[in-house]
Amino acid sequence: MTEVLFFIAAIGAIVGAVGVVALQNPFYSVLALVFHLLSLAALFLLLQAQFVAAAQVVVYAGAVMVLYVFVVAYVGAAESTHFKAPIGGGQRAFAVGFALALFVELVIAVLGSGLSAISTEGPDVRFGFGSPEQIGQALLTRFLVAFEVASYLLLIAAVGAVVLARRRGGIHEEETRVSAMSFLRPPGVGTMAEGVEGRTGTPEHRELGPPAERVP
Amino acid sequence: MTLDWFLVVSALVFCIGAGGVLTRRNPLVVLLCLELMLNAANIALIAFARMWGNVDGQIFAIIVMVVAACEVCIGLGLVVAIYRRRLPIDVDELRELQG
Amino acid sequence: METTAWLILLFPLLGSIVLGLGFRIWPARVVGAVGTLAIAAAFVAALLTTFSLQDRGEEQRQVVFSAWDYLVTVGIDAKLSILVDPLSMFMALTVTGVSTLIHLYSVAYLSGDRGYARFFAYLNFFVFSMLLLVLAANFLLLIVGWAFVGAASYMLISFWYRRTTATAAGIKAFVINVLGDVGLVLGTFFIFKHSGSVDFLTTFARAPDVFPKGQADLTAGCLLLLVGAFAKSAQVPLHTWLPDAMEGPTPVSALIHAATMVTAGVYLIARMHPLFERAPAAADVGAIVGCATLLIAGTIGLVVTDLKRVIAYSTMSQIGYMIMGVSAGAYVAGLFHLMTHAFFKALLFMAAGSVISAMGGEQDLNKMGGFRKAMPFTFACFVIGGLALSGIPPFSGFFSKDEILLVMGEQGGWKWALYISGYIGAFLTAIYTWRMIFRAFFGEPVEQARELEHGHLYHAPEPFNPANGEIEDTDVGFPGPEHHIAETALSMKAAMGLLAVLAVVGGIVLVPKTTTWLDTFLEPSFAGSSVVAKPDDSLLVLGLLLGTALGLLGVFVAYTIWVRRPGTSARWVERFSGLHRLFVHKWYFDELIDILVVRPAAWFGRWGQQTFERVFVNGTLIGGTTGIVRAGSAAVRAAQSGFLRGYAALLLFGVVAVGLYFLIQSA
Repeated sequence: MTEVLFFIAAIGAIVGAVGVVALQNPFYSVLALVFHLLSLAALFLLLQAQFVAAAQVVVYAGAVMVLYVFVVAYVGAAESTHFKAPIGGGQRAFAVGFALALFVELVIAVLGSGLSAISTEGPDVRFGFGSPEQIGQALLTRFLVAFEVASYLLLIAAVGAVVLARRRGGIHEEETRVSAMSFLRPPGVGTMAEGVEGRTGTPEHRELGPPAERVP
Repeated sequence: MTLDWFLVVSALVFCIGAGGVLTRRNPLVVLLCLELMLNAANIALIAFARMWGNVDGQIFAIIVMVVAACEVCIGLGLVVAIYRRRLPIDVDELRELQG
Repeated sequence: METTAWLILLFPLLGSIVLGLGFRIWPARVVGAVGTLAIAAAFVAALLTTFSLQDRGEEQRQVVFSAWDYLVTVGIDAKLSILVDPLSMFMALTVTGVSTLIHLYSVAYLSGDRGYARFFAYLNFFVFSMLLLVLAANFLLLIVGWAFVGAASYMLISFWYRRTTATAAGIKAFVINVLGDVGLVLGTFFIFKHSGSVDFLTTFARAPDVFPKGQADLTAGCLLLLVGAFAKSAQVPLHTWLPDAMEGPTPVSALIHAATMVTAGVYLIARMHPLFERAPAAADVGAIVGCATLLIAGTIGLVVTDLKRVIAYSTMSQIGYMIMGVSAGAYVAGLFHLMTHAFFKALLFMAAGSVISAMGGEQDLNKMGGFRKAMPFTFACFVIGGLALSGIPPFSGFFSKDEILLVMGEQGGWKWALYISGYIGAFLTAIYTWRMIFRAFFGEPVEQARELEHGHLYHAPEPFNPANGEIEDTDVGFPGPEHHIAETALSMKAAMGLLAVLAVVGGIVLVPKTTTWLDTFLEPSFAGSSVVAKPDDSLLVLGLLLGTALGLLGVFVAYTIWVRRPGTSARWVERFSGLHRLFVHKWYFDELIDILVVRPAAWFGRWGQQTFERVFVNGTLIGGTTGIVRAGSAAVRAAQSGFLRGYAALLLFGVVAVGLYFLIQSA
């Protein structure tokens, strides 16, 4: 029974992954990822990680993916293909090749591993393994610092996202470029750049224009 | 179901994600493939937690999920900011950090 | 005596520093006073030193004072030391005495010039350098003084630095002087190689032991010293800078290019007489070059039209006499002529400055005439100087010039040719001197002279460069707007008057058969000389008579050509046009040096820049290095493509490689 479930979940995960990579429309990629995440949740359940599976569904597939959907809707779903990529098919082949190479290596590592424990189904665990109670206990006793830091990280990410995506109401390209020099020296006092470009002097004198060419 | 199957699935998903990161041009899809790789790591962690018989691996996986969420947050914020500036949404075009 | 000896050097140096630092602070009167008093104080110190020197016994009249050690170790003994002996005191007295009078003259001559303080600072620095040169007790300080004098000459020739002719002349003088410096230094090396000491007295004491007569190194060293002497004293072929040096203000010409700097070569040979006596080949070369110079310069002086350049060529000619004299062993005679020449040449230059001022800056003889009534005092000074220069008794020049030629005759042999040339030169001297005087002061008064007779000094409508007629202004770097003549400026009159008196009575220190003051004074310096004097009374009388006759004949010839029969010179120019052209082009020395030295140097510079510099240094060395660096950094930069997928690929490749490594390692 578990094998059947395993194969269904595994195939679902792989199909979802391939769909993320292969589908052209980003919307569809997002949906493929959601499918993949749900399959992963099933895999977690098979590994006695109930809490993580639930978290996966609720947090990951439920919140993060919704955010993704919103952004994809905002940005636009079309993959612009009207100009040629700077490096085209060559890199694609390389990428697939490297990924394949990595897969082969990992498989060799797994199958030829000296860890004999992975050839088993794992030790017998008592009933509460992977339950919220055990996770909670571990989080709040042994992994308290990680827990606190993770929450801090979430705070930073939230603030960062707000800062990045806020609307700045009608700013043009030039004005966002803030130069340190404008805080240190007001214009017209005679920096080197001003002298070379002929911008020195008070505005009354500026009709003289930039300095004349050197007389040969 | 022996644990090495789970590890193989994890490796496969990871490599599919890696290939996708290298191949796709839309930054949103690149981020999605990055999620794939993180999830593959999660599978491996849970599998090893099951092997050891304690929940440390699962805690690790939860924290990985937290990190993935934060990273998605920031990444999408960047994409939104880029879109607002009317720059092309294409990782091949966004290459000013060069030279 | 030690204090006063050092004070001789210290006063001009302090004067120069004080005036140089405060060139914008002191008012003009203070500057003139400080400058002149500094040199006057040095003169007083020289006098006091001489008196205390004479108090000593005859054997102890060569004293060395050391301030500190420069480089005293095995094999070398260079100290900051001065040598007080009759020769150096003689030179110091002449230099400071004439310099004081010239400073006095410049107080009025240059007033109104924007660079007044700079002028006095430079002039004081020059006097300091010249005193350092004559007081030096070792080769090191001599070379230092030599170089400083060259530098001061450059600074003063190009004093009016916005005039291109002046700066070109300054560069020419400096380059030729540097050539002389090289000769001097190399000569020192040759001598030091054997004597092992840079100190004069030590070298001279060791000379009989280390230098057999006519040794190759000694001859080479003395010849190189002669190169230095010729460059500094403007002898053929290194003489081309002296006429051009007339671009400097007239006091500069008077001081440097008549009385002091150009006599440094004479001093050098006199000081090195023990070495020259042991290298007769070098001494003969010196005598021959001196003789050649006096003839060549004399012929050129007959045709030049610039007033100051006539006097410059006469200087060259007279220095030729001095060099000829000291090379042949007539030390006292040569130095005597140095002193009298300083007097009357400085007087002539000062008077020339007065005439040029009256002409409003114009220096061309062709445009002058009839100043006799308008400028009587200047005329009198010119006449006195001219008589002294022509060697008419009882003026000072007569005794000194004949003394030199007498020694030539006494030595006999091939020196008879020098003797005869010397008298021909005396004849030419008289002619060109009086040509100058007759043309400037006799004849129809020109418009400037007529204005001056009515008491009004002529001013040109626009200030101009007399050499090429370029229009200038009177701001700093050009001459000032005022012109001063001797008749109206008291300090000029005083200086010229004093020099005129000295030119008249200066010969008294060594009248043959009557007074021997100079001889006895300079005796201790030349005590070890191996030149034996063979006094010959008949030759003496012959020489005196011949000198007088030739001088008077020259005056008469000049009078005939330029006053009594005005068209004569034009007819002679037509008849001897080839010779005239040779003289006018200064015997083509400038052209020769241009072809032999300047053009090859310019070609080499151009080749160096275009081929070597451009292709090899810029192209290969620098271009190659930068090219390699650029290529390397370009190669590295290619990795920074900004291309996200490229970076990710690289990352993945790294992971694959690391995994492979671990797999292989564990297998």
